Amino acid sequence: MASAAAAPAYKGTTETSKDNIVEVRNISKTYGTDIHALDAINLAFPTGQMTTLLGPSGCGKTTLLKIIAGLLEPSDGQVFVHGRPVTGPGPERAFVFQDFALLPWATVLRNVGFGLELTKHPKSEREEKARHYINEVGLAGFEDKYPHELSGGMRQRVGLARAMAVDADVLLMDEPFSAVDEQTRRKFQEDLLHLLSVERKTVIFVTHSIEEAVYVSDQIVLLSPRPGRIHATIRPDISRDISPDDIRRNKTYLDTVEEIWTDLRKYLD
Amino acid sequence: MSSATSSTQAGADRPGKKNLLFGLSNTLVYRLLSIVAVFGIWEIAGRIPISVAFPTFGETMQALFEMTLDGRMVHAYGETLKPLATGVIISGVFGVVIGVGMGLNRLFQWMWEPIFIVLQASPVAALIPLITYAYGIGLTAKTVAVIMLAAPIIVLNTYKAVRNASPSLIQMSRSFQGTRMQEIWKVIIPSAAPIIFAGLRLGVAAGFIGVILAELLITPTGLGDLISYHRSIAEYPQMYAAVFSIIVFSAVMVGFLENVEVKYFRPEKKKGL
Ligand SMILES: Nc1ncnc2c1ncn2[C@@H]1O[C@H](COP(=O)(O)OP(=O)(O)O)[C@@H](O)[C@H]1O
Ligand SMILES: [Mg+2]
Repeated sequence: MASAAAAPAYKGTTETSKDNIVEVRNISKTYGTDIHALDAINLAFPTGQMTTLLGPSGCGKTTLLKIIAGLLEPSDGQVFVHGRPVTGPGPERAFVFQDFALLPWATVLRNVGFGLELTKHPKSEREEKARHYINEVGLAGFEDKYPHELSGGMRQRVGLARAMAVDADVLLMDEPFSAVDEQTRRKFQEDLLHLLSVERKTVIFVTHSIEEAVYVSDQIVLLSPRPGRIHATIRPDISRDISPDDIRRNKTYLDTVEEIWTDLRKYLD
Repeated sequence: MSSATSSTQAGADRPGKKNLLFGLSNTLVYRLLSIVAVFGIWEIAGRIPISVAFPTFGETMQALFEMTLDGRMVHAYGETLKPLATGVIISGVFGVVIGVGMGLNRLFQWMWEPIFIVLQASPVAALIPLITYAYGIGLTAKTVAVIMLAAPIIVLNTYKAVRNASPSLIQMSRSFQGTRMQEIWKVIIPSAAPIIFAGLRLGVAAGFIGVILAELLITPTGLGDLISYHRSIAEYPQMYAAVFSIIVFSAVMVGFLENVEVKYFRPEKKKGL
C-alpha cells in the first residue's frame, strides 16, 4: 500500500506552498478508543518563522508536536515537511524535550554531539560542532560535566545545543522552559531569540504561557481544550528590532497578551 | 533545581582538603571504623564467650593464617571455585542475555518468565538433594546448584531494568534517527546498567550460597568440606576461618563488579561520590 499511496501524495507536493516548510493536513489523533486528543488540525508553518502552539494543559500540544516529529502516528491526516509526507523522524527536524532527555552517563560534550553520533559522523567532526554550539548556548567550560552537575536551565541549554548541532531546518520545542525558574526563563527566551536570528531556523514552540508565546512568536496558534482544535491564529505585530525590555513594555505586546487571555478565559469555566 | 546547583558547588571544591581525615578520604575512614567495630565486637563476644562453639576474632585469624600457609585453604578454594566460577559465569552471561531479550521482546518474555519466577520462589536448598537424582554428585550437580540460585535473580533484575529503561531517552534516540540497535546499545543498556549490576552482585552472592549449600548437602568438597570437617571435630576457629574467608571473597567479587559498572557503564557515578 505504501508505495501506491505515497506516489499521489508526493505528487500533491505541488500544492504545498514553498513558503511553508511544514504543513499539517487534517490531523486527528485518538488514543485507545475514547481519548480524542486532536481533531482535524490544519496548519501551515512559514519557513524561518517561529510559530507557537498555545493552549491549556491536556489539549494535545505535545501530541501534535510528536506527530510532526514523526514520533507518533496520527489516526488520520498527514504532515508534510518540504512537501514530502512524514513517515518517521527525519534529519530536517530536531526535538527539544520538556524533560531535557539527556543521557545521565554522558558528558555535556557527548550529549550535545549525540544526534551526530547516531547519524555516524566522525568523532572529530561531531566534537567540533558540539563545542561550537556549547559556546553558542553559553555553556563553555562545562563540556566535561555530567547532567546531574548542572542546573535545570543549563540542562535545557544542553538540549537546545544538541538540537542545533544536527543542523535541522525545523526545531520542535516542547515547553522547553517549563522546568526552569522565572529569571532563568526570561534570560533563556532572550538568548533563544538572539540565537535564532543568527541561525535562521523554523521553530515550532509549545507553551502554556501566554506572555512567553507573545514574546517569542511570529505566529500564535490557539488550541481549544480536548479534543484540540484550532481556535484562532494570531500574528502579533511587534517589531523584533527593539530591545527585550522594550518589547515587554510595548503596547501591542501587552494588548495581544490581554486579547489572548480574554479569549482563553471562557475555557476555564 | 537549587539542589542540583548546590551539588555542583559542592563538587567544585571536592578536590580540596576539606573531606580528608588523617590524609584519607572521609568515606574510607568511616568504612574502616565500621569494619574495626565489627571485629571488636566479635572479639569481645568470643571472649565472654557467648558459646563454646564461637571462637574469638584473634583465634579465627590465626587459624586462617595457618590454614593458608599449609595449603589447605588453597586446595579447598581450588575445589570450590570450579563449580562456583562455572556457575556464576554461565548465570552472568546467559542471565543477562536472556534478561535483555525478555525486556526487549514480549514473546521471549512469555517464554522464559515462568521458569525463572518459579525458580526464584522455590526453596532451592530443599531442591538441592533432588539435583543429585538428575545430575549425580559430581561437579555438574554443584554447578547446577549455583546456577539455580544465581540465575533467577540476574535474569529477573535484568529484564525489569531493560523493560523500565527511560521511555523519554528512547524517544530522544528515535527523534535523532537512532536505529533500533543504537537505541539498545547506546540508550537502553546503559540506562539499565545500574539495576543489571545490582542483580549481578546479588546473583554472585547467591552463587556463593549455592556452592556452599551444595558442598554441605551433596558431597563434602572444598570449603564445604573444611566447614563440616572442622565442625565435626569441634575445631571452631578453623571452621569460622573458612566461613570468614568466603565472606571476604564474596565481598571482594561484589566490589569488583561495582568497579566494572562505574568504569565502563556509568562514569558519572565516579565523580562526587
Ligand atoms: N499515551 C497516551 N495514552 C492515552 N492518552 C494520552 C497519551 N498521551 C496523551 N494522552 C492524553 O491526550 C491528551 C493530550 O495530551 P498532550 O498532547 O500531552 O497535551 P498537552 O501537551 O497539551 O498538555 C491528554 O488528555 C492526555 O491525557
Ligand atoms: Mg505537553
